[in-house]
Amino acid sequence: MIELIIIFIKTAVVFGVVLAHVAYTTYAERKIIGRAQARMGPMEVGPYGLLQPIADFIKIFFKEDIVPMNAEKVLFQIAPLIVLVFTMINLTVIPFDRNFILADLNIGLLFILASASVAVYGIILAGWSSNSRYSFLGGLRSASQVLSYEIALGLSLAGVVLSAGSLNLREIVIAQHNTVFGVYAIPQIIGFIVFVISAFAETNRAPFDLPEAETELVAGYLTEYSAFRYALFFLAEYVAMYIMAFLCALCFLGGWTIPKFIIDILPFLEKVPGILWFAIKVYAFIFLYIWVRATLPRYRFDQLLNIGWKVLIPAGIVNLLIVAFIKRLGL
Amino acid sequence: MIPLEWYLALAGLIFGMGALSILINRNLIIVLISLEVMLAGVNLALVALSHYMNDIRGQVLALFSIAVAAGSVAVGLSLLIANFNLRKSIDIEDLRELREEQGND
Amino acid sequence: MIYLIFAYFCASMIGITLMALTRKNPVHSVLWLLLLFLHIAVLYLFLNAEFLAVVQVIVYAGAILVMFLFTVFLLGAKELPKGKRYTDLPEGKALIGLSLTGVFIGAFSSITTAWKGKYTIEYIEKIGNTKALGVMLFNEYPLAVFLLGIILLIPMIAVAVIAWRAK
Repeated sequence: MIELIIIFIKTAVVFGVVLAHVAYTTYAERKIIGRAQARMGPMEVGPYGLLQPIADFIKIFFKEDIVPMNAEKVLFQIAPLIVLVFTMINLTVIPFDRNFILADLNIGLLFILASASVAVYGIILAGWSSNSRYSFLGGLRSASQVLSYEIALGLSLAGVVLSAGSLNLREIVIAQHNTVFGVYAIPQIIGFIVFVISAFAETNRAPFDLPEAETELVAGYLTEYSAFRYALFFLAEYVAMYIMAFLCALCFLGGWTIPKFIIDILPFLEKVPGILWFAIKVYAFIFLYIWVRATLPRYRFDQLLNIGWKVLIPAGIVNLLIVAFIKRLGL
Repeated sequence: MIPLEWYLALAGLIFGMGALSILINRNLIIVLISLEVMLAGVNLALVALSHYMNDIRGQVLALFSIAVAAGSVAVGLSLLIANFNLRKSIDIEDLRELREEQGND
Repeated sequence: MIYLIFAYFCASMIGITLMALTRKNPVHSVLWLLLLFLHIAVLYLFLNAEFLAVVQVIVYAGAILVMFLFTVFLLGAKELPKGKRYTDLPEGKALIGLSLTGVFIGAFSSITTAWKGKYTIEYIEKIGNTKALGVMLFNEYPLAVFLLGIILLIPMIAVAVIAWRAK
C-alpha cells in the first residue's frame, strides 16, 4: 500500500514538474524570440510578464469549445486526447536521476518509439475528422513527415543501442558513462546530428513546421480546433519537445552523469546532484529548439522529404556501420 | 495461469472471423484488413505456444511473420491503387479480366 | 483476477474484430483494427513477449495501418462499392466461413504441448527477452534474417515500379 502511494506521489511530481516546465517554456520561447527580433516579448502581466502563461491558460480554458457541423464528432473530440496521452505516457520510462524512474522497462527506448508511432494517429484523425481541406492537408503532411523521420530517428538510436548493448535507458546511460568520452555524441557525431534534425521534424517544429505552415495552410490540422482541445494539442507538442530533449540528453549526452575525464580535472563536480546535469542538458536542447525557430526559414515540403529520405536515412545507416565496426574492433 | 487452449481458441476465432470476412466482403480494402486480422490471430497462436512450450522459436517465427506482413501489405495496397486508377473501382467483383468468356453470365 | 482480465481481453477482442470487419467506412475499420492490435500487444505482454509486443505496435500501428489510412485517403473515403456490400451467395460462403472458424477453434484448442524447451520464464527473466530473442535469431536463423532483408527489399522495388506504371 505504501509503495503504491509512493509511486502515485512520484508520478504526480514528474507530471507536475513537466507541465510547469511546459507552461514556462512558452514564456521562454516568446522572450527569446523577442530578443532575437529586438523586441521585449511579453511584459504586461506580472513583473517582466512572468504571469503570462497563467493568463493564457485561464483565457484558453474559458473559451467556447466549437465542433464543426460536418465533422466526425467523436473522432474530432478524441484526437487531441490520443496525441496527449501517447506523448505523456513516455514520461514514465525516462530516468531523471540514478534512482528516479517511474517504470524501469527493459525496452524503454522501443516503448518511446512505439508510443510516438501511435500518437501520429491523433494528428491524422484531427486532420481527417475536421472535414476541412486545410486540416486534411496538414494532417497528411504531418503524418508523412513524422513517419519518414521516424526511420531516421530509429536508425540514429540504433547506433546508441548497438554500442550500449541494451534498450533500457538507465543502462544506456551507465554504459555511456563507462566509455572513454563519457558521451555518445562524440564518437557517434553523425548519429547525433541525424538525431537532432529528426527530433525537430518529429515534433513538427521549425524549420520543419510544415503541417501548421500558416502561410499555406492556415494552421494545418489545428485549423478547426478551438479552446481547450487546441490547448491539448499545444501541450502535447511541448511535452513532445521535452521528450525529445530527454532522449537526446540520455542517449547522446550522458544523462545525469558527466564524462569521467572532466571529473578527473575538476573532482568537486562529482558532488553536484545528477538531476542538475540532466536539467542543464535538457534546457540546452530546448534552447536550441527556440533558437532555430527564431533563426531559420521554413523548408518546402518536397525539400523536407528529400532531406529525410536521401540524406538522413543514408547518414543514419553509415553511422550504424561505423558503430558496428567500432564495436567489432573493440575500440 | 490461463490454460493454453483458451489462447489458442481466441486465436482461432480471430483467424476464422478474418477468413469469413475475406469470403463475403466485396470491398478490397476490407479484404486486405481481414488479411491483417488473420495474421494477427496466427501471431497470437505462435506467441502463446512459444510461452507455454518454453521455447522462444515461436516468437522468432512471429517476428518473421510481422516483417513479411509489412512487405505484403505494401505491395497489396499499391496494387489496389493501381487497379483503382485503371478501373475506378475497388469492388472485388469487378476483377474478372482473367475469367473465361461464358455464354450466359 | 487474471481470469477476469483474460475474459475482458477475449470479449473485447472479439467485439473489436467484429466492429472492424463490419464498418461501412474503411477509416473506422482501420481505427478498430488499431485498437485490436493494441489489445494483442497487451496479450503479448501477458505471454512474456515484451519485445514482440513493442514491435507489434511499431510495425502494425506505426507502419501498416498508416499505409491503410493513406490508401483510403488517396481513394477518397466516399469511393465505396455502391449497392451490394457482400459478394454473391453470402449465405453459403458465410456457412463455409463459420464452419472453418469452428474447425480452427476445435483444432487449435486441442493442441497439446508435447515437449518443453529450455527457455523457461526464469531463464528469460535472467538474460532478458530481447537478448534471448536476438541470440536465437542471429545464431540459429542467420540465413532467414538475410532472406527477410531481401523479402523486404523486393516489395520496396515492386511498389516503386507499380507507382511508376500507374503514373
